[in-house]
Amino acid sequence: MKPDHSADLEAQIAEWRSFLLRRQAIHSVDVAELEDHLREQIDVLAEAGLAPDEAFLVAVKRMGALDALSAEFAREHSERLWKQLVAAGAGATEDGPGARKEGFVAVALAVLAALLIKLPPLFGLDFTSDGAFYARNLSFFVLPVLTGYFAWKRGMLGSTALRWLGVAFVGAAVFANVYPFEPGGSTEALTALHLPIALWVAVIGAAYVGGRWRESAGRMDFIRFSGELFIYYVLIALGGGVLMVFSALIFQAIGVDIEPLFESWVLPCGAAGAVIIASWLVEAKKSVIENMGPVLTRLFTPLFAIMLLAFLGTMLWTGAGINIEREVLIAFDLLLVLVLALVLYSISARDPQSGPSAFDVVQVVLIASALAADAVALQAIGARISEFGFTPNRVAALGMNLILLVNLAWSAVLYVRFLGARSTFSAIERWQTGYVPVYALWAALVVIAFPPLFGFA
Amino acid sequence: MEINKDLVAASSTPIVLAILAEGDSYGYAILQRVRELSGGDLEWTDGMLYPVLHRLSRLGLVESRWEVAESGRRRKYYRITPDGRAHLREQQRQWQAVDATLRGIWHTLADVPPIGRPALSATIPQGV
Repeated sequence: MKPDHSADLEAQIAEWRSFLLRRQAIHSVDVAELEDHLREQIDVLAEAGLAPDEAFLVAVKRMGALDALSAEFAREHSERLWKQLVAAGAGATEDGPGARKEGFVAVALAVLAALLIKLPPLFGLDFTSDGAFYARNLSFFVLPVLTGYFAWKRGMLGSTALRWLGVAFVGAAVFANVYPFEPGGSTEALTALHLPIALWVAVIGAAYVGGRWRESAGRMDFIRFSGELFIYYVLIALGGGVLMVFSALIFQAIGVDIEPLFESWVLPCGAAGAVIIASWLVEAKKSVIENMGPVLTRLFTPLFAIMLLAFLGTMLWTGAGINIEREVLIAFDLLLVLVLALVLYSISARDPQSGPSAFDVVQVVLIASALAADAVALQAIGARISEFGFTPNRVAALGMNLILLVNLAWSAVLYVRFLGARSTFSAIERWQTGYVPVYALWAALVVIAFPPLFGFA
Repeated sequence: MEINKDLVAASSTPIVLAILAEGDSYGYAILQRVRELSGGDLEWTDGMLYPVLHRLSRLGLVESRWEVAESGRRRKYYRITPDGRAHLREQQRQWQAVDATLRGIWHTLADVPPIGRPALSATIPQGV
């Protein structure tokens, strides 16, 4: 065969191979087997006097129609139609050693996180008597390990950026531990709540995107990662709960109480290790399986829109005002967080190129009704804020409410402009990703400024 | 001659197992042997052989290994297992029973033209 012919033939075979590889039921190892067959057939035909391209066509024809072949493979290997996520499973042939190594690293780091969380008891600090210490410092047992994982994965080990992340951890640890908090005070609780948020967005975000922090796409990836991680973590926690209940029941049957062991070891170690494992799973499966966040968003956006409209309608109909109680502001904060999450995760899965759809209208209805409900609540609170006084909790809740309100209000404006074809969808995306640092800044402000402002109460 | 699809599917297992019982082989060579044995009457679509081989492999009737062929390409060879040989014997008994039944009735039906090559009708196996 002449070399130019064989180059042509190689290109044709490569194309045929890529067609086969696109079929879910046919794995690359099968393609290799079929390719060997195809090549032998081509050789035989070429020996019989056919030109290489003719031989190729005949050989491909004899192989059978691609659809029928794929269906036949799917019948034999029906499990392949379910994308498998077992550690280094489905893609093992393509990225074997890499994926396996990553699995080992992830498991090792999970064990490290689990051990770290049991480090303080060595120095006489335990969960029951030093709950406040744990509450303030929970982030420092898990998040540095997770940062290390991403630094390793993104090849940032030894870089200046990583050193800055280390500095951020040290700084955060100082703020969490040097303030003379009043025992059981609200500023301490606020620190415990906001420190993980600030560290998550600023440090884990920076480690996750590995240098793409300034790009909108990098931040969007981090938003996707956070949502999927949350879903995975909840699933793992449910599994862990089932495991613990069953082992408690079984050990009870032989008269052994293993609850103390659970409380001091299994629960804290499992909770810490699961963060790393869940992160690794999200990373490993992100290209393999459809992300769950956007699926849930699709389901719940219309339902929440209906619920909020019903709420507003009932309020108008009955003329009932909002009962201003302690939790009401928090409830509305959570409502806005939820609506924001629904907006974020539908944005994260959307093709920015496609035009407005009915779902976008539902989205606008959802945002507008959430804003209306929140405005009613804010007005009711505002009228009586002087009467209640500015406690740290109330200021924190109010600040968060305003931050979310601004985000959603401008999102609504951008959505309406997008629906009216006066703006592109990427404007909404850029607004959301650009807003991400605001959450970290606010959380950092609460951690750093609130305790001294409110006298560590 | 066009052979019914169901018949092709049903006969594929004993044919493949029998060919492998002659010696280890690989996809392309197995198909060549099928053509040779059937005198070209049995035309399998090439690709369809592989799911059959994979099924036999899953059932433990054959085992496979990758080898580098003389052409320098990696090639997957199949070998029949003891289970596969037992299965082949069982299949052989069943097919002979079917064959014997059909032959009996072909003889009584004068107006049905003879099917198959004469060489095959030489031995009529005993009933099972």
